[in-house]
Amino acid sequence: MGASQSARTEHEFQDLADRTGFSLEQIGNLNKRFRQLSKNEETLSRQDLASISALDNNPLRAQIINAFFDKRNLRQNEAGTVQVIGFEEFLMVMSHFRPAAMHITEEEREKLRREKLRFLFNMHDTDSDGTITLEEYRRAVEELLSKAGTIGQETAKAIADAAMLEVASTTRGKMEPDEFYEGITFENFLQKLQNESERATNLERRETERRKRRIRPWPLAILMDS
Amino acid sequence: MEPRIPSHRSSYGLESFLERGLLLLVMLIFLEGTVLTLGAASSPDISAQDNTGGGDDQRGIEGRHGHANYTKKAFPVLSLDYRHIHVPFEISLWVLLASLMKLGFHLIPRLSSIVPESCLLIVVGLLVGGLIKLAGEEVPPVLDSNLFFLCLLPPIILDAGYFLPIRPFMENIGTILMFAVVGTLWNAFFVGGLLYAVCQIEGTYLSQVELLPCLLFGSIISAVDPVAVLAVFEEIHINELLHILVFGESLLNDAVTVVLYHLFEEYSDAGEVTPMDVVLGVICFLIVSLGGIAVGTIYGILAAFTSRFTSHTRVIEPLFVFVYSYMAYLSAEMFHLSGIMALIACGAVMRPYVEANISHKSHTTVKYFLKMWSSVSETLIFIFLGVATVAGPHAWNWTFVSVTVILCLVSRVIGVVGLTFIINKFRIVKLTTKDQFIVAYGGLRGAIAFSLGYLLDKDLFPMRTMFLTAIITEIFFTVFVQGMTIKPLVDLLAVKKKQEAKRSINEEIHTQFLDHLLTGIEDICGHYGHHHWKDKLNRFNKKYIKKCLIAGERYKEPQLIAFYHKMEFKQAIELVESGGGVKLPSAMPSQVSMQNIQPKKLPPAVAERALPQFTKGREEEIRKILRSNLQKTRQRLRSYNRHTLVADPFEDGWNDFILKKQRMIELEKKVRLMSNYLTVPAAPPDSPTMCRARLASDPNAFYNIKASSDGVPTIQVDLASPQSPDSVNMLNEFSKRGATDQGLGQREGADRDEDQGLMMKPSSNPGLMRCLSDPGPSNEDEEDEPFLP
Repeated sequence: MGASQSARTEHEFQDLADRTGFSLEQIGNLNKRFRQLSKNEETLSRQDLASISALDNNPLRAQIINAFFDKRNLRQNEAGTVQVIGFEEFLMVMSHFRPAAMHITEEEREKLRREKLRFLFNMHDTDSDGTITLEEYRRAVEELLSKAGTIGQETAKAIADAAMLEVASTTRGKMEPDEFYEGITFENFLQKLQNESERATNLERRETERRKRRIRPWPLAILMDS
Repeated sequence: MEPRIPSHRSSYGLESFLERGLLLLVMLIFLEGTVLTLGAASSPDISAQDNTGGGDDQRGIEGRHGHANYTKKAFPVLSLDYRHIHVPFEISLWVLLASLMKLGFHLIPRLSSIVPESCLLIVVGLLVGGLIKLAGEEVPPVLDSNLFFLCLLPPIILDAGYFLPIRPFMENIGTILMFAVVGTLWNAFFVGGLLYAVCQIEGTYLSQVELLPCLLFGSIISAVDPVAVLAVFEEIHINELLHILVFGESLLNDAVTVVLYHLFEEYSDAGEVTPMDVVLGVICFLIVSLGGIAVGTIYGILAAFTSRFTSHTRVIEPLFVFVYSYMAYLSAEMFHLSGIMALIACGAVMRPYVEANISHKSHTTVKYFLKMWSSVSETLIFIFLGVATVAGPHAWNWTFVSVTVILCLVSRVIGVVGLTFIINKFRIVKLTTKDQFIVAYGGLRGAIAFSLGYLLDKDLFPMRTMFLTAIITEIFFTVFVQGMTIKPLVDLLAVKKKQEAKRSINEEIHTQFLDHLLTGIEDICGHYGHHHWKDKLNRFNKKYIKKCLIAGERYKEPQLIAFYHKMEFKQAIELVESGGGVKLPSAMPSQVSMQNIQPKKLPPAVAERALPQFTKGREEEIRKILRSNLQKTRQRLRSYNRHTLVADPFEDGWNDFILKKQRMIELEKKVRLMSNYLTVPAAPPDSPTMCRARLASDPNAFYNIKASSDGVPTIQVDLASPQSPDSVNMLNEFSKRGATDQGLGQREGADRDEDQGLMMKPSSNPGLMRCLSDPGPSNEDEEDEPFLP
């Protein structure tokens, strides 16, 4: 009984590994964590994620949790959210953060980069209309500054406006006074973050590389940082 | 050595400009040479003057006592007493020479693009040294180790440490440490060991060179020099990653060099190094580096704490920065810890807190003084290298010198390639071959190596002169050959250059966003990684440290807001500096304006009007206010007091502007409630200048300004001007007024609608009027502009 179960999970894991690109060991670790979070159930709900105490200090808490339940990130091309996710979906969201394999072609690297930036874009684009409007951007900046009290809220609007203006200036150039700039499309987003994308993708990759060992001795961690 | 007359004079024809520059250079060199020889030559006169001086004293005393042998001579109307001032005079002369050289090089455009400054400066040093020698005098030992380590090196390192880009440095700290520690060790042992092997070969007449002196020499010559790296890399503008790698390595290898140097020096007379010594050496290394950093951090925190209380004595704020840093360096040197690391740690630690506390002027002062001192220091170091080359006793040995040069190059290349191979396994942004080449090629040696060699004891190391010659040759080789060729090589290999774009608000937002996102993901995984600890450190910083070290309420200000204010401030300054022309500030280069972005919630009445460009209107406002306030500086003559700064009119103007905006916002909110006047913004009671400005530009421009500047904070402005308590009071007055003036605003708005030529009544607020007493001469322009363009 036990042997066949483990064989089944092995097979499953292999399947998942091929589809998401994680290694077997990483999938094993993530499975353990999934079980821990979902209290040994098959599915994970928002409350389970919300119960992680370390997330309390994070200003982006709600958005991060939402990202796990967002259908767009689960490779389903529809808008909306799901209520619970299974291990496979959990892995799919996590796969956005995996490192690129050492020897992949330039094309694949580009595809991977787009995928990661798409994830980021989806986090901002809450109404799933394909553009980040001023309102959405404002909300994102407000979230970021949510720990700063009232000062944060008022300046957030100004900051969001200035940022939007800048994106519009660099991507659309000259605009007539009557024209209205709907929002940042994904292409603009890519363009804007061209510089940041290098860092973004790398930071994300770095994380899953470390999953091999749960807790590293910290001096080693510092040395191996870059 | 004959002084070279620049021969390419004729090739430039009769460009008088160039001629003047060259003539100036040549004359200066001769002048400096002659005065210095005069200085040196006056030393034999010292005894003569001494006698006369002493004699006078004696005679004076005797005269008082006995008037015995006093012979009256004519009262000396004019006398020359060079000895009295010769030390500061010579120092000043050297500094002047250095600065004029720097000036001169930039007058000759072709030269400065081909040859890096450091090379030219060494050549000048050679010339000056040659001149002095020609004059028959002894060349002063200018690159004295005390002078170098205590006076010339600290400014450069402090400049580097204070302006160190922390984020890329910390992200690459692992790689940098690997290169600095392991790389330097490898270089030292490789070069030292192989040199010893070469020396043992028959026929080189070098067999008296022991192993330990060779290893000592290896450790001296293997360290990459921060001064040389800075000097050369500054001109080639490579991308940030490579710059921080090579530069970081040059800074951090100081600890290794210090330990190795002392270790080998201690044991070179014992003749052998036991394993116990090696263990002690490793422990020493840890103590030296960590101790240096600790000392620097302590002084950094002290400096930050002190700066918290300087709001009433702004004049001496920069002094604290310099003195604390210098003391950190000296304290570290006192214990034979790594002074360079102490200085870097001090500068890096104190910077965020000090910058939050000191005024804008002090910040500029600190920046410019650091740049000035480090620039002069660097120039002097290279000139002195040239002079010392001419001066020093040389013992040229073809084998030794050539083997040194070759081995250094070879070991550097092997070291970099080997280490990169290992490091790339852990890095995410891998270092490509091009990167490796630049890192290897950028390993320049400099004056630190020379000074360390100079420090060697003549008795313990009989081959000291040979070492010095080899060191100088290596320095010359790296600075001249590698320094000159690195720029064309960078272009040839198409290495990524530094991005000139300023950090934009979008980048800042996304950096923060990503940080939080990745921390969150890490927490979900349950993995205590890099982001988790960084986040913890930031929260600890915000909660406890900032409270202690930052004055007033500013510690609560999140980084994003601080960045935004800085950006706005910079834009405003740029606006004024651009002469108030039609040029838009660089951050808004296109014609996209706020109207394009704002959702179309404007009531139809407003939309019907012709909307001018938002930016122009706002620009006009800012420009006029700033100009009017700037003009007031000339009129506001306070008595000159050395201990207080004249209140910065620019800062006041900015405060007022922000307060005015605040007032506008509040009034606007109230006016909105009355839907009749929705389209007509209530102009606040205002100075004549502001009013005319408002009339001239479209009221909707004003409307849009308000819409976008909602977020101006109520309490704090980012310029901690000495009058911030007053500003707060003014604000309170405004908010109190807001309620009472609502009626006033309403009435004015109605009037304005009907009568376009209405002149607004100036505010009766005395605080505001104090500053805006005098409108500028630009009133004529404003009056002529139509109400609606």
